[in-house]
Amino acid sequence: MRLHGVEVEDTFAEAFGMWGARIVVTADTPAWAQHAARSLTGFATSVIGCKCEAGIERELDAAETPDGRPGVSALLFAPDAEGLGKRLVERVGMTVLTCPTTACFNGLEAEDETDVGGKLRYFGDGWQASKVLDGKRYWRIPVMEGEFLVEERFGIVEGVGGGNLIMLAEDAATALGAAEAAAAAMRAVDGAILPFPGGIARSGSKVGSRYSGQVASTNHELCPTLRAQVDDSQVPSGVGSVFEIVIDGLAPEPVREAMRVGLDAAARSGALRITAGNYGGNLGEHHFHLRELVP
Amino acid sequence: MTLTLTLREAPAAPLRAEALCPDRLAGLSRAEIERLELWHGNRRATLGELFAVSGAGAEDVRVVGDLGRVACLGAGMTGGRLTVEGNAGPHAGAGMGDGELIVEGDVGDWAGAEMRGGRLIVRGSAGRRLGGAYAGARAGMHGGEILVYGDAGEEAGASLRRGLIAVAGRVGAAAGLSALAGTIVAFGTIGAHPGAGMRRASIVAMTTTTLLPTYAPACTYRPPFLRLCLRRLRALGLPVTDEQIEGRYTRWSGDSVELRRGEILILEPPR
Repeated sequence: MRLHGVEVEDTFAEAFGMWGARIVVTADTPAWAQHAARSLTGFATSVIGCKCEAGIERELDAAETPDGRPGVSALLFAPDAEGLGKRLVERVGMTVLTCPTTACFNGLEAEDETDVGGKLRYFGDGWQASKVLDGKRYWRIPVMEGEFLVEERFGIVEGVGGGNLIMLAEDAATALGAAEAAAAAMRAVDGAILPFPGGIARSGSKVGSRYSGQVASTNHELCPTLRAQVDDSQVPSGVGSVFEIVIDGLAPEPVREAMRVGLDAAARSGALRITAGNYGGNLGEHHFHLRELVP
Repeated sequence: MTLTLTLREAPAAPLRAEALCPDRLAGLSRAEIERLELWHGNRRATLGELFAVSGAGAEDVRVVGDLGRVACLGAGMTGGRLTVEGNAGPHAGAGMGDGELIVEGDVGDWAGAEMRGGRLIVRGSAGRRLGGAYAGARAGMHGGEILVYGDAGEEAGASLRRGLIAVAGRVGAAAGLSALAGTIVAFGTIGAHPGAGMRRASIVAMTTTTLLPTYAPACTYRPPFLRLCLRRLRALGLPVTDEQIEGRYTRWSGDSVELRRGEILILEPPR
C-alpha cells in the first residue's frame, strides 16, 4: 500500500485491554494546572516499568471545568481495575494534592468507578470534610495553603493500550520529523494519549530477553545499527532511523482515529515506510489494520 | 402530558394533601384520582369534591388555586414533578425522596422538613424550620436541594444532616440550629445566632453578621468547594454574582459548645 507516495506495510497494531480513567485537574492559572498534570502523568510511559501509562489529553477552558477555572484533562491506564485505582490514589495524592491551587475531578462518567477522594481524605487526619453536590461527593482536605478539593469517585472503563505506529526514515532527524508531525496530529484526538516523552518512543521493545529476569528488551529487528548483524532484521536498505508512537485510548475508536491521522501526517512528513507492531495477533484482543486506515 | 388539579374553593379547614404526588397518582384513572381521600379538617373528603381534575399523566402534575391552607403538598414524593401555582401550606415537600416540587408562591412552616432527596424550589418565601427536623427526630433534611427565591423564616436548616439549602433573600434567626452537616447559603441578611449548637455543617453568608462568641475566626480564603456550590446554584437559576463565586470568605469555626467542626463562611468586601 502507498499513502502520499510512502509505503505502508499491510500489517496491524496489536493492542491490549487496559483500564483507563480521565482526571480533570483545575487550578487558579493554566500554568499551575499544567504543573500538576505533568507531574501526574510523569514517569508513566509503559506498564513495563511504571505500573501505568498516562498522558495529558488536552487543556480545558474555564468554561469546561466543574469549578470554572482553567484545567487539564489527563488519561491514566493500568492493566487491571484494581491497579488503576491504586495508581490514581498514589498519583493524585502525590502530585495534585501537593500542587498549589489545584482541585481534582472525575472526568469520565462510567458504570464502573473507583474510590480516589475517599482514600485521599485520610491525609486530612480527621479534619477532612465532605460535601455532596448534585449526587457527587467531594472531599475537602485542609492543607497548609488552604484546602484541597477532590471528587470521591472516578469513573473507569476498559479501554485500549498499545495501539502504535512505527515510522522509518532515511536518518534520525527525518524520522523524528515524521514522528513529530504524526504525534501533533494524534494529540488532537480526544480520548487518546501518547504516553512516551513528546509522544514518541525511540526504543520499541520486544517481549523477553536473552537475560533471565529481563521482561522486555530492545526490538533488535528494527534497530538500524544491527541491520548487518541479525538475521531477522526488518530494517530496509536506506533506512537509518525508526521511531514508534504508542497510543492508549478510552475505547478502540479514539485509538483507531489517532492512528489514522498520525499515519496521514507521517506520510506527508518524510517517512520512507510506515508499519505497526504486533505479536502475531495471539496476545492482544485489539487489532488495528493499517490497510483500513489508508484512504 | 400534564395532570392539572384545580382547587374548587379555598378550604374551610386545613387540608392534608400528601396524596397529590406524581408517584402516588401514577397509573390511576381520572375516576380513581377523584376518589382519593384527603383529610379536610377532621373529616375525610374525596379529591374530586375539592379539586377539578383535568389532563392526564402523572409525571407532571400541577395544582392550581389558593393552597395556603393545604398542607403536605408533595410530602414524601419520590419522583416526577409537582408544580403548585400559588402558595402552599405547611410541610410542603416534607420527607420527599426524589423528584421536583416547585411552588410558585410562598410555603408555610416545615417546608422540606426531613427531606431525603430531590429538589424543592420556592419562588416566594418560606416559613419557619425550612428543611428542619420534627420534634423527637435527631436529624432534619438528609439530602437533596432546597432553593428559596424569597426569604426564609427562623431556624432554617435546623438539625440539617445533609443537603443544600439556598435562600436568595433574608434568613431568619438561628439558621442551622444544631445542624449536623450539610450546607446553608444565605444570599440576603442572616438573623441572629446562626449556627447555634452546630456540629459539622456549613453556613455561607453573603453579608456581615454578628456571630455567637462560641465561633472563632480561622482565616480568609477562597474555599474551593464554594465555587462548585455557587456555580451549581447559578445553574439552577439563583442570582449568584461573579464576585460571590470568586470572592474571599472568612472562615469562622464553631460551635465550640459542640464539636467545633462547623463553619460559617462570610463573604469579605472586595479589596
